[in-house]
Amino acid sequence: MSNSTNRVVITGLGIYSTIGKNLSDVKDSLFNGKSGIVLDAERKLWGFQSGLTGKIDRPQLKGLLDRRARVSMPEQAEYAYMATVQALQHAKMDPEFLDKNEVGVIYGNDSSTVPVINSIDIIREKKDTLLVGSGAVFQAMNSSVTMNLSVIFKLKGVNFTLSGACASGSHSIGMGYFLIKHGYQKSIVCGGAQEVNLFCVGSFDGLGAFAKRENEPTKASRPFDKTRDGLVPSGGAATVILESYESAVKRGAPILAELIGYGFSSDGKHISVPDVDGPVRAIRMSLDVAGVSPENIDYINAHATSTPLGDQNEAKAIDQVFGNYRPLVSSTKSMTGHEMWMAGASEIIYSIIMMQNSFVAPNINFTEPDEVTEKLNIASKTTSKNIDIFLSNSFGFGGTNSSLIVKKIK
Amino acid sequence: MTKEEIVKIINDFLVDEFEMNESQLVPEALLKEDLSIESLDFVDIAVVIEKKFGFKVKGEDMMNVRTLGDLHDYIYNYLNTNK
Repeated sequence: MSNSTNRVVITGLGIYSTIGKNLSDVKDSLFNGKSGIVLDAERKLWGFQSGLTGKIDRPQLKGLLDRRARVSMPEQAEYAYMATVQALQHAKMDPEFLDKNEVGVIYGNDSSTVPVINSIDIIREKKDTLLVGSGAVFQAMNSSVTMNLSVIFKLKGVNFTLSGACASGSHSIGMGYFLIKHGYQKSIVCGGAQEVNLFCVGSFDGLGAFAKRENEPTKASRPFDKTRDGLVPSGGAATVILESYESAVKRGAPILAELIGYGFSSDGKHISVPDVDGPVRAIRMSLDVAGVSPENIDYINAHATSTPLGDQNEAKAIDQVFGNYRPLVSSTKSMTGHEMWMAGASEIIYSIIMMQNSFVAPNINFTEPDEVTEKLNIASKTTSKNIDIFLSNSFGFGGTNSSLIVKKIK
Repeated sequence: MTKEEIVKIINDFLVDEFEMNESQLVPEALLKEDLSIESLDFVDIAVVIEKKFGFKVKGEDMMNVRTLGDLHDYIYNYLNTNK
């Protein structure tokens, strides 16, 4: 390991989301401000305060994967598989490449609810643990996604799951960045995956944190808007392949963008109420690591989840760092809902799509700011914009903060 | 339950769940070597047996089950000695 550092580039993207299952469909949704949110009537039967959720279908994997792989995968690993197939194809990493090179995997995930429930229900009923089946233990673990991806794609590098609440996907990319930058790995499959089912968000709904606009589901997620009343849970998976610039050039890989900064912090305050100082420090660190100033940022993809206090505190943090420069800001959660463990990774993909196509996706449902969010320059409509450098924020429960900065490669 | 019914249930499960070909499912087929059934798969076969035939497989009894025919016989014999 030398003392010099490597440039880190992004060579593959894959998305399986509520606004599209491939980059092209997602681009259309972002450009047209299309929402992926619906009312799930079943949640009301279970006593949920809000029945709103992102809508996503389970992929059909019979025929694509053998039985052993399929029975070991929980819902969110299926999404991660679909996203990773796309990303690896995009990056031109075929099975022969994966066999001959050590490619790592660091993926964000922070729950695996349904397999645990299924196993315990069977044990309670049958009083026999064998009857939960051979896949249960692998499905039930937080690290199920990386476990499965590394086996399916025969990955031989670093291999672990990163749990950091709603910043999981972002931190996974950040950790991948550090490992490649400092020469510990040449390429890493990073990303975030999130199960979408009522069981995984029942206790979250119980906090009263979810938006209640059930008569107009597509209008319920309204980050920064004066009448926002909570978040809408959502999910899917997003894969971002990181690689050293040298390795990418050497093998003629497509270079989509450069990851130039990662900043992190912890609030050290409240388990659920987000702070201002923590996010400020994460943003400032990312700018410092990237070697850029606030005025160099063309677009901020905000974390903003449509909660009254969270959006306000992020607005204060952005205002504190960027002041009069007022870069364009939007939260794609207005369309997707809160993709939680997936969000940090998917929002990098959404922002790269914007950067490649010179537009800022709208923060839909933003009709009127409150006294704090009015400080921001929020794109309420699709806006033509040349984006050279963007910042993406992700903040999670327990005060975990992550900020990433990505630059266009010309 | 007749032997034929047992054969059909087990073979259907192997075709459906394990994506095997009917042609592979001869009584002489060795479960591990010919049908590639590994130790984790045996757990799932035990789950199917409990569901379809109503009894819990005992580990030590399965020691002598080497071929597909042995599996059919094991189930048939268990059901007929434990009525």
